[in-house]
Amino acid sequence: MTPALLLAQEAAAVEVGSGSNAFLEGLVATLGEYLPMWALWLGAAVTGVAIVMGLISLIAMFSVWLERKVAGHIQCRYGPMYVGWHGWLQSIADGVKLLLKEDMIPRDADRVLFMLAPALVLAAIVAAMTAYPLAPGVFFADIDLGVFFVLAMSSMTTIGVVMAGWASNSKWTVFGAMREAAQVVAYEIPLGVALLVPVMVAGTLNLREASELQSDWYGMGWFMFKNPFMLPAFVLYFIAALAETKRAPFDLPEAESELVAGFLTEYSGIRWSFFFMEEYAAMFLMSALAAVFFLGGFESPLTWAAGEFFGRELFVAGANGATELNLQAIPYHAVAGLTLLLKTFAGIFLMMWLRWTLPRVRVDQVMTMGYKYLTPLALVCALGAALWEAGKQALLG
Amino acid sequence: MANEVTKTMPPSTRLRRTDASEVTVDIRTPDLEINFGPQHPATHGVMRVLMRTDGELVTGAQPHLGYLHRCAEKIGENVEWLQYLPYTDRYDYLASMNNNLGYSLAVEALLGVEIPRRATLIRIICAELNRIGSHLVAFGTYGLDIGAFTPFLYCFREREWMMSLFEKICGARLTYSYIRIGGVFNDAPPGWFEEVARFCDVFEQKWPEYVDLLLVNQIYVKRTANVGVISREMALDFGLSGTMVRGSGIDWDLRRDMPYMCYGEIWRDGAYKIPVAKGEMGTLGDCWDRSWVRVMEMMESIKIVRWCLDHMVDGPVIGELPKTLKVPAGEAYVGIENPRGELGHYVVSDGGKVSVRTRVRGPSFCNLAVLEDILPGSLVGDAVAIIGSTDIVVGETDR
Repeated sequence: MTPALLLAQEAAAVEVGSGSNAFLEGLVATLGEYLPMWALWLGAAVTGVAIVMGLISLIAMFSVWLERKVAGHIQCRYGPMYVGWHGWLQSIADGVKLLLKEDMIPRDADRVLFMLAPALVLAAIVAAMTAYPLAPGVFFADIDLGVFFVLAMSSMTTIGVVMAGWASNSKWTVFGAMREAAQVVAYEIPLGVALLVPVMVAGTLNLREASELQSDWYGMGWFMFKNPFMLPAFVLYFIAALAETKRAPFDLPEAESELVAGFLTEYSGIRWSFFFMEEYAAMFLMSALAAVFFLGGFESPLTWAAGEFFGRELFVAGANGATELNLQAIPYHAVAGLTLLLKTFAGIFLMMWLRWTLPRVRVDQVMTMGYKYLTPLALVCALGAALWEAGKQALLG
Repeated sequence: MANEVTKTMPPSTRLRRTDASEVTVDIRTPDLEINFGPQHPATHGVMRVLMRTDGELVTGAQPHLGYLHRCAEKIGENVEWLQYLPYTDRYDYLASMNNNLGYSLAVEALLGVEIPRRATLIRIICAELNRIGSHLVAFGTYGLDIGAFTPFLYCFREREWMMSLFEKICGARLTYSYIRIGGVFNDAPPGWFEEVARFCDVFEQKWPEYVDLLLVNQIYVKRTANVGVISREMALDFGLSGTMVRGSGIDWDLRRDMPYMCYGEIWRDGAYKIPVAKGEMGTLGDCWDRSWVRVMEMMESIKIVRWCLDHMVDGPVIGELPKTLKVPAGEAYVGIENPRGELGHYVVSDGGKVSVRTRVRGPSFCNLAVLEDILPGSLVGDAVAIIGSTDIVVGETDR
């Protein structure tokens, strides 16, 4: 846990862009009079990292439970039923088991890389997670290059996976690592290009701002409805995101029936669970990006109504010029945060549904699909959307 | 041995040397040799395939057997005739009824005992139900090999009922020893035939799920069509049988072509058909054709079961046999249509209580030989699909 945590702190504490940090603002508003500025900075960073780590663990735990329930019900069974109500504590039981397992490193493995790989993977995803906005006014890092940052950080995990595959010193893991590298290179392009379409519509890379831009039409002004090229771009994005997160039908790097467990073959215990947490966190992030840039982010008619009723500003200028917490707006932010969470988990559910329905594609078919179909189609989408936006601007001014 | 792998790489993938002075060193990296098994999720037990790969491309393959060798045939020459029956359960553990049947028929051919009609019909019902169960496992685990988890559990849902039917008739769920020399062990319990009829009805409703979910799934078709093609000639040369040979478009089924029990009568009644692959999705003899044959055969088995239920008679279920079986001197070979192909039993007797020679012709073992020829040139993912499509049971290849 320690190296990962240290790396994560390093990664999360870096302030990217010019945006502000809600925790910092909160601390300034409450403790600003008593503490020096550097202590507030540090406090905000530590709080942020702790919350992100907790969030990732929670997301992974819940997603694992959800995955098992979804799989179970798709396959005419119940899934976990014994640990807690409908097995909701199963993930915790599994986590305890994984923590207690023997820490095994193969004799011929490259020890340093073998231990570093899971830490790197988790650190990268923790860093990417900081861009996730919890609510319109509650966020870890309000990054102006948000999409860029998330994509860059989530592709960092590939390095960890390749590292793991190489360090394990097994033929199967090398196979898995090479597949992962090839797959991510092939699908990074359509993923990025498909995301360009909503970015063009929004005119911003910032996740929070993009979400705010969709609050018109009584909360239904989703980018999805604002450009005819958004729907194909969404489909392309979703397919590419499946490949990017190594989910079925693109789970070739860990293809169980072909490569035993791919790059994970030699991992066990808590190190293995790091890779697992990364997978679910990556799924969550990819779904969150889809929710923010295609499906309206925080916005829904309910969010709009809450905003109208309770007010939107979480921090208001107080009487003496200092920022003050506006308690009245909290229900609005709660509704908005839950809306985004719900949309994100809808995406995750779709990924799980696909996983338990479809067979796996072959490695050459994955490459063909990425390079020959998705990339050109994504480029066409981007071009079409650009022309549409340009035409709209020319006509409507 | 590692260096014995046949290196049959297609010439097009080799680095072409134009001039000796131009290229002095072969810059190709050495091929990777991987042990595909014996502990590997896709080898269906403990088979080991030594593969030589160039990146994702398989350039050579050699199956290694014997990890599950239990001297079954030698045991057959050391125990009494009836005592060998439980050992037959254990070579193809997915189709134990058929194994019992094959051995019993071979011994009965020497004995010349008359089998009661009711016993024959119960035997056919059990054999065909077991064929359905075996094909369900074959198709479901093939889905697993391709990466689809859910159809596997759908298949096991129906297999579960099939196994509980067997549990009701003989008390065992996997190794039945129910079909005995001379007939079957005991009569079916009350209501068993009605439940079998219900099973047939329900199975008929559930069967389209397998087709829709997996067999015609576009990804599945893309993964299996044109992969692992076994041509007609190749199928004949290798002596393939069962679904493997019908998957290559050869109309050959022992139930019809060398009829035993009353399969000939059922065929003349027109109760069942023999599904023969036509190469619908790709080339004739590819993996998809083989899985198609298996899926279609399940429905034909249901029809045979229904015919037997309709023609069921009352009477004894086991022929008149002495307690200690002494088989007249002679030799006999009986081949039956196992779910995997021709299961032959060759028994020699000198008139005593123990067999002089027991020999098994296992379909998995014979079908396995083709792997060495069809694996090279495929991708690693295809290799899994091809091994899965041969539907071997390692317990029987090794015996």
